[in-house]
Amino acid sequence: MEHLELTTVETAKDLGLLPEEFEKIKEILGRTPNFNELSIFAVMWSEHCSYKNSIVWLKTLPKEGARMLAKAGEENAGLVDIGDGLACCFKIESHNHPSALEPYQGAATGVGGINRDIFTMGARPVAQLNSLRFGDINLDRTKWLVKGVVKGIGDYGNAFGIPTVGGEVFFDESFNVNPLVNAMSAGIVKVGETVSATSYGVGNPVYIVGSATGKDGIHGAAFASKDITEDSVNDLPSVQVGDPFQEKLLLEATLEVIQSGAVVGMQDMGAAGIICSNSEMSAKGEHGMRIDLDKVPTRQENMKPWEILLSESQERMLIVVEKGKEAIVEAIFDKWDLNCAIIGEVTDTKRLHYYMHGTLVADVPAEDLVLGGGAPVYHREYREPAYMAEHNAFKIEDIKQPENLKEVADHLISHPNIASKRWVYNQYDSMVGTLNMTTNRPSDAGVVDVRGTDKALALTVDCNSRYVYANPEEGCAIAVAEAARNIVCAGGEPVAITNCLNFGNPYIPEVYWQFVSAIKGMSKACTKFETPVTGGNVSFYNQSSDEGPVFPTPTIGMLGVLDNKKTLTTIDFKNAGDAIYLIGESQNDIAASQYLASYHKVDKYPAPYFNLDKEYDMHQAIKGLIKEELVASVHDVADGGLFIALFESAMHNGLGFEIESDDTIRKDAFLFGEAQGRVVVSVKPEQQEAFVEFMSTNEVEFSLLGTVTESNEMIIDEESFGKVPAVKQVYDNVLHGYLGE
Amino acid sequence: MKFGVVVFPGSNCDQDAINLFGNVLGQKVVPLWHKDHDLQGCDFIVLPGGFSYGDYLRSGAIARFSPIMKEVIDFANKGGYLMGICNGFQVLGEAGLVPGALLHNDNRKFICKNVYLKTQTQNSLITAQVDLDKALKIPIAHGEGKYYADADTLKMVNDNDQVLFRYCDENGNITAESNPNGSLENIAGVCNKNRNVFGMMPHPERASDSILANQDGLALFESILQAVL
Repeated sequence: MEHLELTTVETAKDLGLLPEEFEKIKEILGRTPNFNELSIFAVMWSEHCSYKNSIVWLKTLPKEGARMLAKAGEENAGLVDIGDGLACCFKIESHNHPSALEPYQGAATGVGGINRDIFTMGARPVAQLNSLRFGDINLDRTKWLVKGVVKGIGDYGNAFGIPTVGGEVFFDESFNVNPLVNAMSAGIVKVGETVSATSYGVGNPVYIVGSATGKDGIHGAAFASKDITEDSVNDLPSVQVGDPFQEKLLLEATLEVIQSGAVVGMQDMGAAGIICSNSEMSAKGEHGMRIDLDKVPTRQENMKPWEILLSESQERMLIVVEKGKEAIVEAIFDKWDLNCAIIGEVTDTKRLHYYMHGTLVADVPAEDLVLGGGAPVYHREYREPAYMAEHNAFKIEDIKQPENLKEVADHLISHPNIASKRWVYNQYDSMVGTLNMTTNRPSDAGVVDVRGTDKALALTVDCNSRYVYANPEEGCAIAVAEAARNIVCAGGEPVAITNCLNFGNPYIPEVYWQFVSAIKGMSKACTKFETPVTGGNVSFYNQSSDEGPVFPTPTIGMLGVLDNKKTLTTIDFKNAGDAIYLIGESQNDIAASQYLASYHKVDKYPAPYFNLDKEYDMHQAIKGLIKEELVASVHDVADGGLFIALFESAMHNGLGFEIESDDTIRKDAFLFGEAQGRVVVSVKPEQQEAFVEFMSTNEVEFSLLGTVTESNEMIIDEESFGKVPAVKQVYDNVLHGYLGE
Repeated sequence: MKFGVVVFPGSNCDQDAINLFGNVLGQKVVPLWHKDHDLQGCDFIVLPGGFSYGDYLRSGAIARFSPIMKEVIDFANKGGYLMGICNGFQVLGEAGLVPGALLHNDNRKFICKNVYLKTQTQNSLITAQVDLDKALKIPIAHGEGKYYADADTLKMVNDNDQVLFRYCDENGNITAESNPNGSLENIAGVCNKNRNVFGMMPHPERASDSILANQDGLALFESILQAVL
């Protein structure tokens, strides 16, 4: 390799490495790296691949549980036993940085990437969800981003053919520059039929399959590891281009090749491309690889070694095949008209040797590249931000209760954060696969049939970024609690979570404090709900040079199981005359509510009322009520408060409601406060007695609010808050008003 | 009766159709691989929904040239029963097996939602038993579903009673508001002149299983089974 130019610390810095990291690389190699090798280290030690600034804290999260079949970080996605010999493989991932620059391809390839993480393990995806954050919807840039991201997710997911069963969309000006695009996928696999991202068996051939390798997405992982500035446009080649048709073929071919028994190990090519798959698989299998880069099918001629190594071209897989079974593998990929090329073989060196036309162009030890191996691990400084004192100084008494609360109700119904998201979700195929049980059964979680069993999966993504901004520890615990509440309200049992941790620059102590606090809140809540963390991803640097960090957003993707799919419970009021009860306690609290933020335009507030133990107890009560079939509908109180929950329950069947408020607390807090731990249920008259009897066997607070009415009017303390169909007409068309038809 | 579901590369509703015929309706059903030339003795062929060959050129434009389509077209020309759903309808249009074409939706967006259909005639195998007064709730999921035909073709389609379904509201009124994609005359499904080839954009296979809490689509499949058995 003598003829290859050696690198300097300046080049290392240009590639995003720190001077001390460059020194460490020299130490590992025992010499100065050439450019190919330096590029390899730069991308593998980037935040995106190495988790160098987060892993210390991620390790503190609860990961143990009876159902866990793979621990967080061990595989491409979490793997959870759901019984009947089946497992659910699920994960959430961000594609924020690419989406900020090129929303359509950025979002599309995010969907592609997360689905590959699922089927590379041998699971067939059955459901997708997404969690999106955008800036002020009045801005042209925001509209452009929303349209591009939604179309990107739709076009990719729809063609790939997996239904989108849930999601969330939230607007706040902290996301003006940096939108958040988090995509989740869940798949089903038979226990024992999964494939690992590993490599062993000296002489076993290494295949690259799927799309040809191009110059797209080079240094994408490094790009995702820095702030967005005006120079970011120069990073456009860092954005990948997606082809859902190739992905669909790759899915079918991959699952078929796994069934053939020829596969030793497999990993998709995501961030950092071939080098990432080679190093992670080799490190895990404690072997090495010899790779001939000139054998990689490429889209462009004369690609340089480092370009081939780092390309993030989509729809590709790396497969290590048992020697002698090449013909089986090649026949399957031929059937699906996909590229399938042997690019090298497994060695016992524990090093990765890359050749180009017979010349060694890079020689690096696999273990030193990867998380858990030689990749750097940093303890970052963190400090409580000054704004927390202002948050904690908030007093409800300082906010004057408006005279006209119907006006507040109208304001909330018309707010993009509360209004129907049908402009978004009607662009996603939510029904392909004929497994989505919640298309025609409105429910707090997406419920997906597990065909051939009595079971169903319940899936949800949740995080109120405003609560996390208000108080990262409590806000993140609330995100977990809300996810669990949604699963429970849908009739399921919370089982495990995946997380997508979206924060600003980790080198800023105040930002890092948000991250650390959120992890603490997540640990606390996941321990209480017995929902271990199966994995996920960290997205730092969601901040711009002029606008500062986004609201901290640790998105929680939760998996629940309905052991009997008949327990699926819906949110809609069923019959006039049914009693409406509130389970949980009304609070004199409007902190961090949509009402406080957008109606009063207050931006300093603590997190809303939250009591983890009471929340948990309340969930047990809801589970019991559903099991005993004592409730006709169940819907949690979330964004917009009790009023919005009641409206959402009423709007499906053309019914109304008549309720009385609690005169011991402020009426604005009663109707629009977002205190946690509350659920609205409706109960048939003939079951009221049994309902009350059941509730008196536990300590959970509950109160009678009123009744479901035949008239489609919403009446609170004898005052009309409008007719449901008219309000629904507004609610359904808010986003259309901003974004067009 | 033996059903065959063609699997093009990029089909993604093939398994839904196979599940419906096999598990829900208890019929014999086989997948028919696009590279094969053997229809395996099927009595009724379905071209399923999806994005055949990625639909990068024009929906259905390439699928009609795939190897199995030669046999499928021969089969239909000899009077064999053939049904195209969504992308399958687009393929039928491209192959000239049903009149008209499917254009981009008026709003230029993919639309997935429940819509209502009014059945226009019982004079076809798939509508023989369907209540003409009922608004069937059946979902759509397409980006290119706007039915279009020139004036002469449209007249012929109407004169020959070839319109099978029109989009309507939940009360069965065929209105402009209930037309989800700008289809001419709210047309959602048609048959050929010989009444053995059926194309429709909505997905009845997504509205036939009790697990989905909507079985309005079952009437079409029961029509097929009752007519023949």
